[in-house]
Amino acid sequence: MLALATPPAAMAPSASSGPDTAPSSPPGTPFVQLDGVGLSYGGPQGLKALNNTNMAIEKGRFIAVVGPSGCGKSSLMKLVTGLQPPTQGSVSVNGAKVNGPLKIVGMAFQNPSLLPWRPLLSNVMLPLEIVQPHRSRLRANKAEYLAKARALLETVGLQEFETKFPWMLSGGMQQRANLCRSLIHDPDLLMLDEPFGALDAFTREELWGVLQEVWMERRFTCILVTHDLREAAYLADTIYVMSARPGTIIARHEVDLPRPRTVDTTFEPRFVDLVHTIRSEIAQVRNEAKKAAKAGATKAGTTEQKAS
Amino acid sequence: MTASKRRWLERLAPWIVTIGLLVIWQVVVVAFRIEPFIMPSPSAIFDAFVQYRDSILIHAWQTMVSTLLGFSLGIVVGLLLGIFIGSSRLVYAGLYPVLIGFNSVPKVAMVPVLVLWLGIGQPTAVVTAFLLCFFPIAVNVATGLATVEPELEDVLRSLGASKTDLLIKVGLPRAMPYFFASLKVAITLAFVGAVISETLASNDGIGYLMIQASSQFRVPLMFAGLAVIAAMGVVTYVVFAVIERRVTGWAVRGQNMSISGGGG
Repeated sequence: MLALATPPAAMAPSASSGPDTAPSSPPGTPFVQLDGVGLSYGGPQGLKALNNTNMAIEKGRFIAVVGPSGCGKSSLMKLVTGLQPPTQGSVSVNGAKVNGPLKIVGMAFQNPSLLPWRPLLSNVMLPLEIVQPHRSRLRANKAEYLAKARALLETVGLQEFETKFPWMLSGGMQQRANLCRSLIHDPDLLMLDEPFGALDAFTREELWGVLQEVWMERRFTCILVTHDLREAAYLADTIYVMSARPGTIIARHEVDLPRPRTVDTTFEPRFVDLVHTIRSEIAQVRNEAKKAAKAGATKAGTTEQKAS
Repeated sequence: MTASKRRWLERLAPWIVTIGLLVIWQVVVVAFRIEPFIMPSPSAIFDAFVQYRDSILIHAWQTMVSTLLGFSLGIVVGLLLGIFIGSSRLVYAGLYPVLIGFNSVPKVAMVPVLVLWLGIGQPTAVVTAFLLCFFPIAVNVATGLATVEPELEDVLRSLGASKTDLLIKVGLPRAMPYFFASLKVAITLAFVGAVISETLASNDGIGYLMIQASSQFRVPLMFAGLAVIAAMGVVTYVVFAVIERRVTGWAVRGQNMSISGGGG
């Protein structure tokens, strides 16, 4: 069972559950678990980014987190990876409480942030120079790792560009390489923070396909933070909807569309309905947030500009 | 055709400008019959250089050695200081105002103090050169380290990277363009430092030669000294510019090298 606290009455429109997409791992043991997690910046009086957030993600699932801007989605990423300790509640990954930065997570952000002084292949292999046990094995087993990196580049269609420098490539190509870099060390957990946010619509849809293919092959646990509802519905098994700040989870939707999904899937009525439902939920939260802001103009209004 | 012509012109431009200026200078001096002890002509300066070339070269070598020693010291200290400042916010907050204050002190004013400590001669010249040149190196390295993208830092930290890993894999390479840019400034400052110190407290070096020539009203010789300093400055600058282009070519993105094609 995926546990979830039920704040307000917004749980109602959950679509249905999709057992066909679940991997073989035994149910009931969440890989990532958030218990009553809260996060405030700048002390207890400071800006509250997250409030009483509960999540339980099973191993091998693809999760998407959507919500209005500034709802603390990115804070959620930092909490799960241990880059930021929660001010309330606890986060545990793989059965162990998260106390400091996790050491094996793959991460990719909207900004590809490749190293401009390294050619593509060496950029992709960067994590191998840091993560154990690869770090100490890298020099002796160079050929093996090179082959692995090349194979990964091939799956995203970049095999011809391994000697090119990042600034020679288009944004879409850089983002593919970024994805390769986040996967090269076979992470159990992949965190994606709006990875395709800066790309044009066609490239974005193409990369959804690429990501889905890689995920179906390897079945790592993936948490995708996005504001693109179609992206969430295309990629995820489960979509969590967050409220406006202080963010908390207000709804959960299982996406039981069969895989592999294609761009055509996004035009099916079921897909459209799902996106529509989530959109109206978010619209509602936004309106409520606006009203609340007006009501408590002096208090809430001042913190409005600061995003997560 | 026109592109290659333009490239030739670009390569020749510094020579054309230099020679043009010298010709104008010569013409002005000859046409207005300016006395050599006020403003010698380029040809007179060249004659002076040929006449005194042995002693000029000995002194120039002395200056060069002092400069390079001070400069090397400046690189080491500047680099370490830059890493120190750039990698810790606390150190930055504590040390930066002090450094700014120190850098505002005219280094000429420090030469008498250095003479008191190190005596007259080369050590003082080396230290003066060092004092003038380490600051831009430190500031630039610190800036380079500070410009590392926070996302990249997050990516690496979530892989278990230590502070040293971050510094070696990302921070230092990122700071290299800044470092080399500062070297080009620092080497000329090192020359200034060495020559200042030699004019005030030395029995060797181009600076000393200049003071001697000045006291004997050998103005062409003074100008020959200036020309030699300028030439040494240009040569060392070019050396570092070439090294910079070799090491940090990635930072100068050639327009004609990029590949177009969306997503492709």
